[in-house]
Amino acid sequence: MIDFLLYPLLAGLGVAAVAGPLGCFVVWRRMAYFGDTLAHSALLGVALGVLLNIDLGVAVTVICLVMALSLVAIEQRGVLALDTLLGILSHSALGAGLVVISLLSDVRVDLMSLLFGDLLSVLAADLWVIYSGAGVALVLLATLWKSLISITVEPELADVEGVNVARVRTALMIITALVIAIAMKIVGVLLITALLIIPAAAARRISATPESMAVIASFAAMLSVVSGLATSWFIDTPAGPSIVISATLLFCLSLGLKQKG
Amino acid sequence: MNNALVSMKSVCKSFANKPILQNISMAVNSGEITTIIGPNGAGKSTLIRLILGLISPDQGVIEKSNHLTTGYMPQKVKIDPTFPISTLRFLQIANMSNEDCHNALELVGIPEVKNTPFHRLSGGEMQRALLARAILRQPSLLVLDEPVQSVDFNGQNELYGLISSLRSSLNCAIIMVSHDLHLVMSSTDHVICLNHHICCQGKPEQVTQDPAYLDIFGETALYNHQHNHKHNLQGKVLDVDGNHQHGEGCLHD
Repeated sequence: MIDFLLYPLLAGLGVAAVAGPLGCFVVWRRMAYFGDTLAHSALLGVALGVLLNIDLGVAVTVICLVMALSLVAIEQRGVLALDTLLGILSHSALGAGLVVISLLSDVRVDLMSLLFGDLLSVLAADLWVIYSGAGVALVLLATLWKSLISITVEPELADVEGVNVARVRTALMIITALVIAIAMKIVGVLLITALLIIPAAAARRISATPESMAVIASFAAMLSVVSGLATSWFIDTPAGPSIVISATLLFCLSLGLKQKG
Repeated sequence: MNNALVSMKSVCKSFANKPILQNISMAVNSGEITTIIGPNGAGKSTLIRLILGLISPDQGVIEKSNHLTTGYMPQKVKIDPTFPISTLRFLQIANMSNEDCHNALELVGIPEVKNTPFHRLSGGEMQRALLARAILRQPSLLVLDEPVQSVDFNGQNELYGLISSLRSSLNCAIIMVSHDLHLVMSSTDHVICLNHHICCQGKPEQVTQDPAYLDIFGETALYNHQHNHKHNLQGKVLDVDGNHQHGEGCLHD
């Protein structure tokens, strides 16, 4: 039992640690739909990875990065309202991914595990990938923290005060793409955004500073992973969705607390 | 002029092929208070954003002094309530020193709100907190976009008094946007009357006598038609006498 649960637990905790602070930015900057779009395009990454016979993790990361950077570029041109644009890209990517996967008749792809995660099948090699990805994302977030806070409060003031707004914003997109690529194994493409925003939303009520919200969100996400895995183990429910439901319960509990700040 | 902190020559700026600013030439000199007045949609905020370097001109040149440090007070800052940040922490984004932040809050008269969440500040407190953040960088130029918005009448007078005292206490130049020249008359050295182009500029007493100013602000009793053009309701120039001069690259007819 220990071996069987240890790797999934470590993998889940690693992703949860970075999902906390990143999720706060997703909430503060209203990027939930952006996260969905990247997550859905991850499925297209899997399909292309199988098609071109390259490592799936690499394919997913590359597709997410390409998607994030093109979104930055398109957003600056302001052709359509951002939510419309994200809606188009998000569902086209999901549709294209599903179509390509269905065409790969000679390869068996477990669609359910892609959509809802496959935490229980995590191997030691996956742990390396997850921890290096989460580590890089956390270091980037910590290094850019002051600038990220500044552009989140008010980008024009940040600009006047010497922050390179475009560069910091692009960095945040890249971090998001990276985290989505590693979180896919844990909760699947359909539930990644939930893992980002629900712990952050739960942390909001008991946080008076951005830093405390980021840390509390991390712990809330980790707690969700532990209780989701426990649920999965004892009553045999799928792990990813159980983690999300645990996070939602934490959020509901937080509603009973007095709002801070 | 040698002591100009920022100077513009023949600057034009359009958005979506709609000319907003045409042939703007002006300078902000150190130690001077300049007020930009003009009707809604005249391009006042665009001019401010050009000075701040937030946008670049389509045509023309903007020169800045090497010693320029800018403090900016935007019209409004909207912080999402999901973002937990106290007023003190909001100020620390500009300047980490706790002591400086306290002093700035004292100076703008709201030391009691330092622990108040920023999104819970009242309109007047918000304006003062934004002013505090602008001065925290020890600016040589303070740029204020409608600084007395959502402040009641007494508060407006008080705030303008505070702003003009900042010039000497910070030893800086100030450029601000205002709707109402009469309120700022006493504390302004230079007035620029803007309606897509500079209609007139000079000392406040001169500008209030200028037909271009009177034309826009409606005191038609004093209008004596030396002004070489009129504006329609959209602020578009109507060439009455046929002698309105266009700057190079200007797009309006």
